[in-house]
Amino acid sequence: MAFEDQRTTVYKVDPEHPESETLPTLRTEELLLNMGPQHPSTHGVLKVILELEGERLVKSTPVMGFLHRGVEKLAEEGTYHQFIPHTDRLDYVCAMYNNFAYCRAVEKLLNLQVPERAEYLRTIVAEVQRIIGHQFWLSAQALDIGAMTVFFYCFRDREILLDWFDELCGARLTTSWYRIGGVERDLTPSLIDKLKQFLDYFPPKIDEYQVFLEKNRIWLGRTKGVAVISAEDAVSFGLSGPVLRGSGVDYDLRKYEPYSAYPKCEFSVPVGKNGDTYDRYWIRMMELYESVKIIRQCLEQMQEGPIMADAPSITLPPKERVFTNLEAMIQQFKLFSQGFDAPPGEIYCGTEAHKGELGFHIVSTGGGKPYRLKIRAPSFIHMGAFDHMARGYMISDACTIFGTYDIVMGECDR
Amino acid sequence: MHPLLLRVQHTFSVGVTNMSEWRGDVAVTVTRDKLREVALFLRDDPGMDFDYIVHVSSVDWPDDEERFEVVWEFYSIRKRHRIRLKTRVPESDCVVDSLTDLWKGADFMEREVYDMMGIRFRNHPDLRRILMPDDYTEGYPLRKDFPLRGKGWRDTFEFLDEVQR
Repeated sequence: MAFEDQRTTVYKVDPEHPESETLPTLRTEELLLNMGPQHPSTHGVLKVILELEGERLVKSTPVMGFLHRGVEKLAEEGTYHQFIPHTDRLDYVCAMYNNFAYCRAVEKLLNLQVPERAEYLRTIVAEVQRIIGHQFWLSAQALDIGAMTVFFYCFRDREILLDWFDELCGARLTTSWYRIGGVERDLTPSLIDKLKQFLDYFPPKIDEYQVFLEKNRIWLGRTKGVAVISAEDAVSFGLSGPVLRGSGVDYDLRKYEPYSAYPKCEFSVPVGKNGDTYDRYWIRMMELYESVKIIRQCLEQMQEGPIMADAPSITLPPKERVFTNLEAMIQQFKLFSQGFDAPPGEIYCGTEAHKGELGFHIVSTGGGKPYRLKIRAPSFIHMGAFDHMARGYMISDACTIFGTYDIVMGECDR
Repeated sequence: MHPLLLRVQHTFSVGVTNMSEWRGDVAVTVTRDKLREVALFLRDDPGMDFDYIVHVSSVDWPDDEERFEVVWEFYSIRKRHRIRLKTRVPESDCVVDSLTDLWKGADFMEREVYDMMGIRFRNHPDLRRILMPDDYTEGYPLRKDFPLRGKGWRDTFEFLDEVQR
């Protein structure tokens, strides 16, 4: 010590009596800490009860359901068309993907073929949505870990795409643009121009995001080797999307159960090695480049054609005709109020959303309403592995894990 | 018939009550007592190799003798095929074996089925409500006899009425 303070009590340890009374005794016990439901990095309203030993997580118990709205119950009361706006509110950050997954499931139930141009449009918009989702994820994850700058850069570019959505369908977030049998409206030349401009503008920006993080020692320290999950465990827990691929499992429905225009596009599926937060980050960054590639190919390959399947008993008439033609208006009214006659049966249809496999399990007994509709929400299933992945890490790593799952509670609680 | 179904049929002479293939989805219905055995076979048999659990769901058929249907969906990462495993339970004794020890992900999924449909899972490590509040006493919301508007619990909340607001 450089100085001597008279006020400091000096404890001397008697070697013969180490438990002597002058020593302050340290009492240790496990600490229970409620994290959430109003914690800023829980991405919504999620509570986790953390059992701590010092700052180490011994056990964590997620408490969910704060945002439970009974979407599956509501689905049983409405027609198939009426459920599309409800799907927007599942993962409200990426509404297009929910619309897409739901419409695909209903089309599988009806055995309905979607015209080729509509498939391309669907793929383009889905990939734009994937870019938005990953930008949102990156900004939120970096913010949780303490890197604030990249947040502004991501949101600057995300704004361009949200405005693009606004021009496409009139809404930035709750889009409801997909329809059973096709899409609501076509891309205008102005939209295509804007998208092409964005595709030229965006790839250098991805490099820019990476510059902020990949040489940042704090970022590396808080992501490398944090929340590691082995491939075997990740599969057993049913994880999907980048969280599963980060552990080295090559599972992407776009590749292995191809749908829409994906089989006609060339793209690769990045797969990680270590199963840590950094690998999951790397995968998402690589997916941004792949999304740009897919959109480029779709724009090149896309031909003129109808955007809605030719099945008047199922698909909605175009809006222009509804406003000017009485029959079309009656048809739209009947389709919304009574619905179409779906065949009795049971299907499951999974779609690779940017978070993971978003699936719909629909049981139909005929008639216009689903008898039972179950949503396989990746956020919910990822939360099941939270305790396993958090065990032994520091309390601040809990925020990293919320971020790396990319959870959105609207989808998790349904 | 689908090769997966043939193999199941070949292995289990009793216990399999129904097999179907519709829109490319393969489904097997088994009796409740054979569920674990079939699930183990699906996971461990090299021809099946279903290592990935997709979701657990449930369907309510109020008019049937065995009212509830529990649905598991599996996928094989290595073989790239899917199967749906179903079983039926009566209302008087709605208990099925938990598959949590075979697929870890089944933990939360089965808790959700319990919460929403009231089907209990034998040997589940932590069978509690997951989406509804712990003190929720109105029953199980996704059953067909549960009204969409709820059973009145929400009306007891103290909100300001329109005039006061």
